[in-house]
Amino acid sequence: MNRWLAFLIRCRAMIIKEMWAVLRDPRARIILVGPPIMQLVLFASAATLEVKNVEIGVLDLDNGPAAHEVLQQLAGSPNIHALHRLASYADLARAIDRRDVLCAVVLPEGLSRDVAARKAASAGAVCDGRRSNSAQIMGGYLADMVGRAGLALRGVAPDAAPGGATVVRHMFNPNLDFLFFVLPALVATVASISSLSVSGQSIARERELGSFDQLMVAPLRLPEILIGKMTPPLIVGLVNATLYLLVITQLFGEPLRGNVFSYYLATFCFLTANIGLGMAVSALAQTQQQAFLGIFLVAVPVNLLSGFAAPVDNMPLMLRMIAEADPQKHMVVLMEGLFLKDMPLATVLANTWPLMVISAVTLTFSSLLFRSRME
Amino acid sequence: MSALFSARRLKAMLVKEGLQILRDPSTILIAFVLPVILILIFGYALNLDTGRTRIGLAQQDGGEAAASLATAFRQSPWFAVVAVGDVPHLKDELVAGRIRGIIVIPQDFSRRAAAHAGTIQAITDGSLPNNAAFVASYADGVRQNWALARDGRAAVQPALALTLRYWFNPGSVSRYFLVPGAIAVVMTMIGSLLTALVLAREWERGTMEAILATPLGMAELVVTKVVPYYVLGLAAMTICTVVSLILFDVPFRGSVLALLAISSCYLFCALGQGLMISALARSQYVASQIALLAAFLPSLLLSGFIYEISSAPLWVQWVTRIVPARYLIPSLQTVFLAGDDWGLFLPDMARMLLFGAVFFAITLAKTKRRVA
Repeated sequence: MNRWLAFLIRCRAMIIKEMWAVLRDPRARIILVGPPIMQLVLFASAATLEVKNVEIGVLDLDNGPAAHEVLQQLAGSPNIHALHRLASYADLARAIDRRDVLCAVVLPEGLSRDVAARKAASAGAVCDGRRSNSAQIMGGYLADMVGRAGLALRGVAPDAAPGGATVVRHMFNPNLDFLFFVLPALVATVASISSLSVSGQSIARERELGSFDQLMVAPLRLPEILIGKMTPPLIVGLVNATLYLLVITQLFGEPLRGNVFSYYLATFCFLTANIGLGMAVSALAQTQQQAFLGIFLVAVPVNLLSGFAAPVDNMPLMLRMIAEADPQKHMVVLMEGLFLKDMPLATVLANTWPLMVISAVTLTFSSLLFRSRME
Repeated sequence: MSALFSARRLKAMLVKEGLQILRDPSTILIAFVLPVILILIFGYALNLDTGRTRIGLAQQDGGEAAASLATAFRQSPWFAVVAVGDVPHLKDELVAGRIRGIIVIPQDFSRRAAAHAGTIQAITDGSLPNNAAFVASYADGVRQNWALARDGRAAVQPALALTLRYWFNPGSVSRYFLVPGAIAVVMTMIGSLLTALVLAREWERGTMEAILATPLGMAELVVTKVVPYYVLGLAAMTICTVVSLILFDVPFRGSVLALLAISSCYLFCALGQGLMISALARSQYVASQIALLAAFLPSLLLSGFIYEISSAPLWVQWVTRIVPARYLIPSLQTVFLAGDDWGLFLPDMARMLLFGAVFFAITLAKTKRRVA
């Protein structure tokens, strides 16, 4: 009984000391909470795979009814900001080279004649392959518009497909709002970067400032020191998680369909896994600079393999296996599931246990490193 | 006081900085290992081209037509049928993320298909919007092709088709456009992040005071801090370029001179930003966080590298104007994929130099005042 009380008292002292170390500097206090929220809002607004407001060039060599119909479709598109008339192929080449336009539509001579004669008629489009992502998306839009123009010229209703139909139902996000996908994934990204960078400094800073030796001679046991080191990033992370939840549901109007308990359970396990990772790097580093750069070297792959930037399904087998050890990969699945899909507790747990394993491994590893430094 | 620049003092400081870089394994890690990791991940992991999507199949009709359509889905190169069963069971799989869509072939399908009116249902996972749109349109494609083949008809010729061509990157290989992004990230890391950390450390440890007590002038100090990291940045850029040319056959159609000129302008700007951050923060922790938030993440997300700037809301478009990487990405993409176009490069290079000059001016003003 007394041993436990002493343990708690020492833990409390250690936690107070660590909280002071993190929160003492007023600029550091602001940095812990302000930027993560700013990032969430700014990046959520910037991240869209829709292509809007683009400039499109038109080289009209046809001047007939078919060209007129295509131009009308283009002019009516909400994705196109302005249509630029081009006079010649040389003009077109210059407009693409100089990035004045993303794509240029070419309506060849005799297009209207071919359409009227029911021959295979085809318009052309040149897109800027330097921006291949946006160009492909815009190319898809253009193909749709030209196809619709063709149907209009024939006088056919746009959705007359052969024999039968496919009724589509998008579950969880009926309008396929891209923002609803980005926000939960950003919670994982932002929380990962902030918890890694706080915990990465924990041990390296003491070592650089020379207070590590003081810690070693203090009447503290290893678990007490580790608990003390883990607490500040955990508390900061949970406070931020609460703010994300408020911003996402109140400001962006995305519902949290899963239950709040699961949200905090997932966040807690995710934070522990990241803190374990951060402390391991911190224990390996000799200076704060090394710790920070080490964290960065870890954070980049963790981020890129998480499935946010590109689906994990598309990766080669080797990288898919590495991604299983990436806490952020599991967190993205959990957040997408909890915000939109009302993921049941059993499924939440199925995606949480890998996080617990990662935490156990990284925390054990960092405490072993820590212990070896003590001796 | 001697001249503004003394060769002897400059040389002494450059040697000191050079040794400091070479003797710290972490700077070597960032300058030589990170570029390789980035290029490998960008080349192998960021595959935006969709492979086979995992779907579930709910076949509620036992007729011949339904079985034939189910086979069409199983044989489709776009889908992998990994689960079969009733809709509630498959919906659980969808929630768990084990499948990305459900194809329902309803009870009366075979009967209606005989009358050319067979309707199926595609239920998608809207939490992944790109995937959902893909499943919806390709499911309909499979059904249409199946219906056409069954009727013994060829695909209907559209009245008007569009032939798309992608200049500079005919196959739309995503690796090609990711490489300039990787270079931007690495140069931002070295220019802004590493520099911010190094100088903040001098302030934090008090060695800056020692340097300021020497006859070294402010301008000399800045030069000796900038030159080694400029060299390091160019080295990392070269590694990125060489690795991507060898491993991924990324084309390089411009000239080395243009690549060097563009990179130098960006490094000037990034180094200025790093120095400014360290002069303002003076603590490694705060400097590292500011550098991460103000330099690194924007260079990835607000530079037009992944997301098209014109698609963002107007206020975000304004924010991107103060992200230096925004002026780097178009020129890098051009020098790799299109060739030299100085009419395009020069305005952006001028902008980067201007930003750099402002950053350096702020650094000098800030440092002088605080020390006096």
